[in-house]
Amino acid sequence: MSERPLPRPTLLSQPHWDGCREGVLRVQRCRSCSAYQFIPQPVCSACFSDGVDWVASQGHGSVYSFTIVQRAPHPAFTTPYVVAIVSLDEGFEMLANLECEPARAAIGLRVRVAFRSASETIALPYFVPL
Amino acid sequence: MPANPLHGVAIVGAYNTKQARTLGIPETELLLDAMRGALRSAGLALADIDGVHCTSSMRGWRPRETAMWLGGRPVWTGSSDVGIPALLEAALAIASGQCTTVLIATAQAGEYTNRDETAPWTKPSHEFTECFGLFTAAEFALIARRHMYLYGTRREDLAEVAATIRNHGALNPEALMYGRHVSRADVLASRPIAEPFHLLDCALTNEGGAGLVLTSAERARDLPATPIWLLGGALDRCGMSYVTPPVWERYGDVGARAAKLAFGQCGLAPPDVDAAELYDPFSFEVIRQLEAFGFCARGEGGPFVRDGRISVGGQLPVATNGGLLSFSHAGLAQLLQKPIAAVQQLRGELPSALTVPGARIALATNGGAGALFCDVLLLGKERA
Repeated sequence: MSERPLPRPTLLSQPHWDGCREGVLRVQRCRSCSAYQFIPQPVCSACFSDGVDWVASQGHGSVYSFTIVQRAPHPAFTTPYVVAIVSLDEGFEMLANLECEPARAAIGLRVRVAFRSASETIALPYFVPL
Repeated sequence: MPANPLHGVAIVGAYNTKQARTLGIPETELLLDAMRGALRSAGLALADIDGVHCTSSMRGWRPRETAMWLGGRPVWTGSSDVGIPALLEAALAIASGQCTTVLIATAQAGEYTNRDETAPWTKPSHEFTECFGLFTAAEFALIARRHMYLYGTRREDLAEVAATIRNHGALNPEALMYGRHVSRADVLASRPIAEPFHLLDCALTNEGGAGLVLTSAERARDLPATPIWLLGGALDRCGMSYVTPPVWERYGDVGARAAKLAFGQCGLAPPDVDAAELYDPFSFEVIRQLEAFGFCARGEGGPFVRDGRISVGGQLPVATNGGLLSFSHAGLAQLLQKPIAAVQQLRGELPSALTVPGARIALATNGGAGALFCDVLLLGKERA
């Protein structure tokens, strides 16, 4: 049985993945325009300022869209599973698994982030209904 | 401002190799077939070519390598992405006098071997998607689901798109799914992949190659082949595919700007299009493009595709060769096969049941909202 492919953090993304391991959803926020940003970029993509800080998100949000996957790209995934775009309350979106009965998945569903260790160095974020 | 330089360039050769689930021949042999077939279609020899953009997926042939097959003489080589970008790059090289005749070709064979997984090109490796089990079908499904939520687009509308395009392919002897007619009910009853998409809402996964030859207006005049003219083209790119959430409100309109620019380059508008070779990796993407390009209003793509409106014989025939859903999706070659379908439609080279009578203007596109890019090309039977 092959393993689930795990992220290989980059210099840019390391603070996010370190946060996941610590149980904190860490994302970028612009010092100039206060926009939240995910996935990480070297500049603020709202105002092009390079003063972006890593801050902790509360990890609460709503399901923006979702899909129930029945044919996994890789045998390490057990179907069915739900992938969702979550719109976080701070104003950014994030892709992750939504862990609930597939029939419960719905746009607008209130969710919170949680983390699960996947290896010695990686913890993966996922969302659960509030 | 000088006339649009694209208007001085024509496509004179367009060819698809055999397409099949597996072809059983080496990829390089397939690429050579694509190159030779495109030249034959143009009535040209390799000696007539002074520009090259020939590539392959597995072996990874690059234009500068394949240029060596022309005997080592100096030629222009392209460096753009396979598909419409390569075609526009070549056209501008011709228009600016850097070369006169460019051979574009690509091929893929032997890439999809592990059938326990989805095709390699459906699951690009990235730290913020791969670990969650995302792949292309799921990315496009996320966009589709949001559209269904906002506008009431129905599963049946998606199935209508898939059935219509697949039934075009059923009539095309060169299509992988030749003879395989499907109904809307068949699409709805096929097994779910990434809901709302079921198997028959999704593109094929197969092997194949394709080639095109572009040349200058002066050169085109002397050739036996019927030239098909470039009328307009543009690219919309919103960043890398499959790394960031495909948010409908941000990316749902991708291609709208490119289409507006392309139509503006030749003073045409959506109602002028006789055949739309829209990129159809998943059924919903066709509905999205119809809205983004202005064939119907935002949110009305679902109702638009009903009642046979996008079938050959309808108001706006879409994917007349059978598209990615029934003709071929060979990894990258299908990006070239969209302009090829447009050329074949305008030349009257498709089977008569798929020929749009009197077609003069065809649209070809690449990409889609799930992939955060959409490229647009307008072709015409007459010069702009």
